[in-house]
Amino acid sequence: MMASSYNAKDEDGHITVTGPGGGAVLRSKKPENTAFKQQRLPAWQPILTAGTVLPAFFIIGLLFIPIGIGLFVTSNNIKEFEIDYTGADTSSPCFNCSQNFSWNSTSPCTCTVPFYLEQPYESNVYVYYGLSNFYQNHRRYVKSRDDSQLNGNLKSLREPSKECEPYAYHNNKPIAPCGAIANSMFNDTLELFYNDPNGTSVKILLGTTGIAWWTDKHVKFGNPGGVDSNLSAVFQGTTKPLNWRRPVYELDSDQSNNGFVNEDFIVWMRTAALPTFRKLYRIIGKSSQMVPTLPRGNYTLEVVYNYPVRSFEGRKRMILSTISWMGGKNPFLGIAYITVGSVCFFLGVVLLVIHHKCGNRNNGAEISN
Amino acid sequence: MLRRRLNRLLGGDERRVDSRTIYVGHRSSSPGEPIIKFCDNRIVSSKYTVWNFLPKNLFEQFRRIANFYFLIIFLVQVIVDTPTSPVTSGLPLFFVITVTAIKQGYEDWLRHKADNEVNKYPVTVLEQGERTRKDSEKIKVGDVVEVEEDETFPCDLILLQSSRDDGTCYVTTASLDGESNHKTHYTVSDTEKDLETLNATIECEQPQPDLYKFVGRMHIYKNDQEPVVRSLGPENLLLKGATLKNTQRIYGVALYTGMETKMALNYQGKSQKRSAVEKSINAFLLVYLCILVSKALVCTILKYVWQSRPGQDEPWYNEKTQRDKETNLYLKMFTDFLSFMVLFNFIIPVSMYVTVEMQKFLGSFFITWDKDFFDPEIKEGALVNTSDLNEELGQVEYVFTDKTGTLTQNNMEFIECCIDGFQYKYRDASSELDGFCVADGPVNKVQEKAGRAKEELFLRALCLCHTVQVKEPTEQGPVDGLMDQVDAGVPHPPQEQRGFIASSPDEVALVKGAMRYGFTFLGLESRNMKILNRNNDVEMYELLHVLTFDPVRRRMSVIVRSNSGDTLLFCKGADSSIFPRVRQEEVERIRMHVERNATEGYRTLCVAYKYLSAEEFAQADAGLMEARLALQNREEKLLAVYNQVETDMSLIGATAVEDRLQEEAAETMEALQGAGIKVWVLTGDKMETAKSTCYACRLFQRSTELLELTVRTLEDGGRKREERLHELLLEYHKKAVQDAPPLKGGITRTWSSETQDYGFIIDGATLSMVLNSSSESNSSRYKSLFLQICQNCTSVLCCRMAPLQKAQIVKMVKNSKGNPITLSIGDGANDVSMILEAHVGIGIKGKEGRQAVRNSDYAIPKLKHLKKLLLAHGHLYYVRIAHLVQYFFYKNLCFILPQFLYQFFCGYSQQPLYDAAYLTMYNICFTSMPILAYSLLEQHICIEVLLDNAALYREIAKNGMLRWRPFLYWTLLGVFHGLLFFFGVRYLFSNPALQDNGQVFGNWSYGTIVFTILVFTVTLKLALDTRHWTWINHFVIWGSLLFYVFFSFFWGGIIWPFLKQQRLYFVFANMLSSVSAWLVIILLILLSLLPEILLVVFRKPRGPNSRQTAAVTPLSYKHLKAGQ
Repeated sequence: MMASSYNAKDEDGHITVTGPGGGAVLRSKKPENTAFKQQRLPAWQPILTAGTVLPAFFIIGLLFIPIGIGLFVTSNNIKEFEIDYTGADTSSPCFNCSQNFSWNSTSPCTCTVPFYLEQPYESNVYVYYGLSNFYQNHRRYVKSRDDSQLNGNLKSLREPSKECEPYAYHNNKPIAPCGAIANSMFNDTLELFYNDPNGTSVKILLGTTGIAWWTDKHVKFGNPGGVDSNLSAVFQGTTKPLNWRRPVYELDSDQSNNGFVNEDFIVWMRTAALPTFRKLYRIIGKSSQMVPTLPRGNYTLEVVYNYPVRSFEGRKRMILSTISWMGGKNPFLGIAYITVGSVCFFLGVVLLVIHHKCGNRNNGAEISN
Repeated sequence: MLRRRLNRLLGGDERRVDSRTIYVGHRSSSPGEPIIKFCDNRIVSSKYTVWNFLPKNLFEQFRRIANFYFLIIFLVQVIVDTPTSPVTSGLPLFFVITVTAIKQGYEDWLRHKADNEVNKYPVTVLEQGERTRKDSEKIKVGDVVEVEEDETFPCDLILLQSSRDDGTCYVTTASLDGESNHKTHYTVSDTEKDLETLNATIECEQPQPDLYKFVGRMHIYKNDQEPVVRSLGPENLLLKGATLKNTQRIYGVALYTGMETKMALNYQGKSQKRSAVEKSINAFLLVYLCILVSKALVCTILKYVWQSRPGQDEPWYNEKTQRDKETNLYLKMFTDFLSFMVLFNFIIPVSMYVTVEMQKFLGSFFITWDKDFFDPEIKEGALVNTSDLNEELGQVEYVFTDKTGTLTQNNMEFIECCIDGFQYKYRDASSELDGFCVADGPVNKVQEKAGRAKEELFLRALCLCHTVQVKEPTEQGPVDGLMDQVDAGVPHPPQEQRGFIASSPDEVALVKGAMRYGFTFLGLESRNMKILNRNNDVEMYELLHVLTFDPVRRRMSVIVRSNSGDTLLFCKGADSSIFPRVRQEEVERIRMHVERNATEGYRTLCVAYKYLSAEEFAQADAGLMEARLALQNREEKLLAVYNQVETDMSLIGATAVEDRLQEEAAETMEALQGAGIKVWVLTGDKMETAKSTCYACRLFQRSTELLELTVRTLEDGGRKREERLHELLLEYHKKAVQDAPPLKGGITRTWSSETQDYGFIIDGATLSMVLNSSSESNSSRYKSLFLQICQNCTSVLCCRMAPLQKAQIVKMVKNSKGNPITLSIGDGANDVSMILEAHVGIGIKGKEGRQAVRNSDYAIPKLKHLKKLLLAHGHLYYVRIAHLVQYFFYKNLCFILPQFLYQFFCGYSQQPLYDAAYLTMYNICFTSMPILAYSLLEQHICIEVLLDNAALYREIAKNGMLRWRPFLYWTLLGVFHGLLFFFGVRYLFSNPALQDNGQVFGNWSYGTIVFTILVFTVTLKLALDTRHWTWINHFVIWGSLLFYVFFSFFWGGIIWPFLKQQRLYFVFANMLSSVSAWLVIILLILLSLLPEILLVVFRKPRGPNSRQTAAVTPLSYKHLKAGQ
């Protein structure tokens, strides 16, 4: 990429010339003849010229285009299915639930959304819920949490951080977990049913673990009082967040997925970067080699509609997606790589032409001089 | 100097009232009078005490606008609920302040130590007839102090008594002004030997800093007689800091003490010069401040527009606190605005100031370290008095140089003389006592000699009319030994070993010249000058008066009385000042010689004499005495008397002294001209001499057409001077400005053969006519005509300049259109004014003392070093700092722009994109070291090439790298990078499931990816610009990238107990586990650097000398253009 010339300048060592007699005076005043002080450190002086940059362009082009194609193909091979169940339209099945929503209602409102998968999903299928126009990255929201409390600190459990205001105390009891993020945790329940062609509806098993970062679950988040403690006892004296239907120690029957280390909770606590986002909800594990995880056919999504979004014109989606080595479906990287690669290649060609012409002209001029 | 003079003129009357009266030994003549309290003799050069250090130092630091700005930001962060914690701006500020405070504290501690050493130094004071030891700081004004040999004077003293018989003492002022020669100071005549009974008062002016000026008056009361009054001048004053030499002991009365001593008054710092780069920085800063404010405004406005939509301001999931809800809307708007300011404040780089300062401070070491600046003769290298102007050395457009001692060596050699119209040339060191040999005299008098009487008179004049001292051999006892020798008529030690000391080397050359012809000056003792004449007889002359030399009068005289009782006045000086004062019939014979000598480049002096009759002398004596006693306007009065005395003299002859050119003077001048720098020679010397020096230095070439504007050309036409001046100015203007082909870039291309070169010559008298023309309208018109002519000439010679005129010219050019950067170089006290006036002042460690060096910004041993100083050091410094500044603004713009863009995606809620640690460390740790190393080590073109190719200097002329165009380029680059970083990652995050296990990334991952791209791009961009990769660059560039990676792992690898939020916990590591993140990082880094690389390749070098330089360093040169 760069033509290099190692230019070791005449570095005449570190010899200080001293006079024969009056050395002391001389030495003190005469500047030392070292390469550094004389600005003569040996230096590599790279020179970028058309000739040296050209191969770089070709190499970039030749590298990027295949990578881009690979990425693009990979992304295209990822199967993704998205369904909006907000219930904003009168025609949509969840319209009633969204219309009649009230925080105080005791009986949950459920709605079922049928959909059809045109392709079988072969490998593991990841179920995401997606929210739109939901500002999880709002500053007031982002900071409204107490990581110390979530880490299992007993003191913070009793005295949540001020950052949690106005979700720190309720009726003079500390809220656990405190803060706006925790309070607004996504609590729709999504269930998938496969409608067999022969008429039976099969509930699909949704794996609840492996959806949160390992380090979050095992280090960053922790229940107060250690792993084996009785959670309901530990959380005695605290109150559940206002909008929650259940206290934190009843999130899951599995002890290792309960309390602060509940993975749904942990996933929610990782605030999204943009107002339209998706979060991993469940994983449908591949059961056997022979049968696709989700075969082609009719499905039903059963929603327990707990989460209101229409007040801020939000949207709720359910996403089914397979995953590749590059993550979820996103054609951006592939396209970008192909574009950059081709531009580089094209520029390389243009440069080659220019360089060839100009180079000749320059040589001629130099000779004529 | 101008200021000082002005002060004296304006404050004159006041000062008279304020003259102080001192009672010697505290013996008041009228006991009732209250004794005025003067300050004690404590020197306080330290700024702080233990108690006031903290508040005072902090106050001073926060007076700097940058520090103040960051303090405000910090306070806003503390008071208002802002997105970033106060630590992010507090920590860097605290760091900067602490480092500065420690440095200043240490310096002050050293000063305290030095002060204590001086203040506690034991001195002997005569009190009530007893000698008591005291600490130096306890000396009071009026105390009689005893000082022994080799001690320094504890305060400013008036010399009362010396152990030497002739009432003199010798002093060196090496620590004050660097002049190491011995100076003679005199006791006040008529003071009694017995100091205990001395009853005297001293009236003198209030303390003032000029080391060489002092006026005072001493009244001596003797037993009810009429008090005797004696004048006191600088020759009676012993300055604090000077050292007593060759004298066993002196007594003096303390006059000024402590902070009122001249030394202390001189400590006050010079006014600070600011470099053009600094002005550019401030301009850019203003632009960025505008960007900052507008960003904050836009965000605030959009925030409230966005919030007005239903459901956005306070959705159910994100309620406000009670306090938030209650806050007044307008107050909230204001605090929102402040919060945005805080969020974006990083766009104005704190660390830039620190880095720039460090770069300047460390960078200046390369000048002192440069062994090419080391002069083996004086065993000294270059000296940097201020590091603030390093880069200004690369921007010089005008060089004003002194001639004597700067272009020439100031190593005078007596060449020939002319006596009574006959030329005498000294051929070689012939042993003939009658060493004269007559060379080609006036045509009609070949091989003739002037009369012997005339010859001897001339030589006596040379021997007497000077202020030279004879250096005494140190191993001999003081004066007595020598005196004995002389009296006994013992032959002197060989003449060549005789050392002379004088303030002007001309005088030494003349005395030595006279010595070669048989007249030897033996020395001055008790006001008798002794001369050994050709017959080996000692002649004694009583020295009555010395009419000292000054550059305005341009002559000096002595009045002596010979043994025979005749009173004689000998005068020597420049022809222009002598010729009008002698009988005209003598002038013509000599004038021819003088002019020929001058054209040969010799310095000529004319010698005249006059017999003074008894009445004449009495009158002159009285006049001189009176003038010397005057407390006010003493100089003006003296001048009047001098002028009155020095009339009607007869011319005896003229001398020619050669002053050799400095080593490589011509090469240096040629290189400067090649670099597009215009060289003006400002000299006090006469035109012919100066002109020939200019030719010798190749400032004027054979082909150069000289435009002369001197008194002579003005008188040519036989018309009124004013008219002629008008005419000539218009004529020259037409020639040099209107007819000249239009110049490219305002720089004269001296090397091109097609254009005619012009040289301009003007003399002091004409200059003052131009500048102070009678009519106001003409004056400004002439001035602009004159400037335009000068600007179109390759070199300008101004001769017969007074020091103030030199400064005037520098000022005029400095303030002309385009404000060109000026540099003055000189070696003598007469150059100080122009050294102070110019943007960059350079002193030469020459022979005329250290005044120029003390007042300069840089000092070099020889003129030839100027070439490397400007062409190599200056050029490199400029390129380095310009790049540093642009780079700093660029890197902070593309740092903050994504954060700004993020506001559009987070509901304008001031959510920071990056973690606080990254915000804080970005400028301190991750990106600061590479640019610092770059700005210290970069050699985009290597030094040898810079020196060989003076034309390269033009490429950066006129602040080329810091003009608006390059600034715009860098800004656009920053914007481009910022947009790319943000939106590249934004599109990646349209699906935040970026890991192969389906897990999603959050906002901190987003920020970390952008930040990683940012750090790498910004560092690699610098790497791309680095042309000179030493191991330090490698170490620092790759090191800081590595450091970033390690830090990120470290920062994200631990649950930090002191953090409220563990935002970055494993974010970085998780990011690296995602292939997509890797791919987007690589893609965006490459994409942002691609245009740079393209630009480098596509841009073709332009300009006439491009190929040549391109051949040497193809990229560096091209890049320089591309970089703009």
